[in-house]
Amino acid sequence: MAESQAPATPAKAEPNHGMRIFLIWIVLALAADLLIWFVWYPHLPPGRMTSSASSQQFDIAVLALAAAPVMLFVWIYFGYALVNWHHRKGDDEDGPALFGHTGIQAAWIGGTAVIVLAAFVFGTVELIVPDGAGSGEGTTPVWKPVGSNYLQVQVIGQQWQFSYRYPQFGGMETTQLMLPVNRPVQFNVTSLDVIHSFWPYLLGVKADANPGVNNVAYTTPKQTGKFVVRCNELCGIWHGAMYGYGRVETTSAFAVWARATELAEQRSGILRALPPYSLVYDPTVIPQLGVTLTKVSGITGAAGYYYPPQDPVTP
Amino acid sequence: MSLPARIVTLVVAFLAVAGGAAFLAVYFIGGNPPVVNYSPMARGGVVNVVLQEDPQNTVSSEPDWVSYFVQDPTTHAWIHTTLFQVPKDTRVNMTILGYDGCTPLRNNYWSKVQGTVGNSVSVQQFKTVGQPLGPPKTVSVIDSWKSCSVGHTFAIPGLHVFVPVASPNTILFNKNACGVSPCTSGPHSMEKFSFMTPDSTGTYRWQCLVPCGGGFLDGNGGPMQTIGFMMGNMEVSS
Repeated sequence: MAESQAPATPAKAEPNHGMRIFLIWIVLALAADLLIWFVWYPHLPPGRMTSSASSQQFDIAVLALAAAPVMLFVWIYFGYALVNWHHRKGDDEDGPALFGHTGIQAAWIGGTAVIVLAAFVFGTVELIVPDGAGSGEGTTPVWKPVGSNYLQVQVIGQQWQFSYRYPQFGGMETTQLMLPVNRPVQFNVTSLDVIHSFWPYLLGVKADANPGVNNVAYTTPKQTGKFVVRCNELCGIWHGAMYGYGRVETTSAFAVWARATELAEQRSGILRALPPYSLVYDPTVIPQLGVTLTKVSGITGAAGYYYPPQDPVTP
Repeated sequence: MSLPARIVTLVVAFLAVAGGAAFLAVYFIGGNPPVVNYSPMARGGVVNVVLQEDPQNTVSSEPDWVSYFVQDPTTHAWIHTTLFQVPKDTRVNMTILGYDGCTPLRNNYWSKVQGTVGNSVSVQQFKTVGQPLGPPKTVSVIDSWKSCSVGHTFAIPGLHVFVPVASPNTILFNKNACGVSPCTSGPHSMEKFSFMTPDSTGTYRWQCLVPCGGGFLDGNGGPMQTIGFMMGNMEVSS
């Protein structure tokens, strides 16, 4: 006996989901990008204290501009699907069959490829144009500032304190990093013991301090002010306390400070006590004593061995 | 195994693990040496602090580690600690007795006295207690490379205080170095300097910048990284 069937209700026309999603997405993506560019970008770290900091701030803003629409598309599609295509009570039917769509697939692959290639080109340009973007370029930097009127500053890491030498000012050494505004700076970063990392965050500079290695980084200060220098490589129990301060000063104030510091170090005798300026130092060599301490296996590591047990200066 | 037995086993196992963790935390983290409190001794905005550094620490489980000691201001006994407390906004008159021999600084820049009143220190060497080898000298640099003249340093980086501590006469030290801690006789140096504590309370770490942890990587392990030996804290109280 045939069962009686209810009369079929007329199929409801499906709305154009793709267009709905696109419209929601385009409005929110535009709003997000406008907010990023005009509201967030000016306040993004690391700020605009130096050329490299500015370029890093710009890079982060551009990447955020590119990422926001992608992220919003995923979230909007997810939310739209939850609202419109969730399981409804009494509806036990299978969903519609899924078929490939050449246009969507091509657009997805093409769009992804464009984003990735654009990020590659953008990243490469942003590494080259701002002279290495404030990162350590190793001993033979490829990207340098135009001209040679840059200030050289040697950054010396030691557990757990940074110090700074100025070879253009008699090789004087300080514990506070002072820089002049609007003059390119060449940082020569090295260490006397373990690996440290020189990280004046607001300057947009970060370079590892390796024993026996001269790691070069460039930047040009654009604003005067105070900044913090931190170690960014776990270097021992007091790594967290290995920080200090620095200042970007006007050209004239820097010149006054540099001359006064050099003179004071000449008078105190510490300038004579320092070793000749060198891009790296072998802590096993004491030039003034004319003594090269014997290297003995098993005492220390890193750049060399130190304090042999038979040496009379063994602690 | 019955359900109650399983629950009891689980609870006992949990308590054993938690108890073990608590013991380790208390033993290693809470096991700091005592804090020597100089604050009650401050008079007229001045407090006197006395330290000594020895070539060994025979009152500890690490007798071959170099070590600082802090003098109790009341009993004048030497305490195996590197923690001391001083009042804020106070002039600290520091005296350090250097019983350890010389070691060249890894960075001779630390030969320069920084952050003390007048950026200088007063140095005097002694044959033994009460027998000076000459009058005290006021210096702003103790060049550890020109002659092996620095034993250790006393540095409070947060206050920009960096002081090289002179070593005893090398010949006398090699003949008759103090071998039992805390040292009460033998060749030594006496170094005096002053610095101001900040006008706010806080904890300021201090350390030696001579990598004097002999036998450790770069000389910076062992006593260099252990409270009670060559690093410590200066508590600034209200």
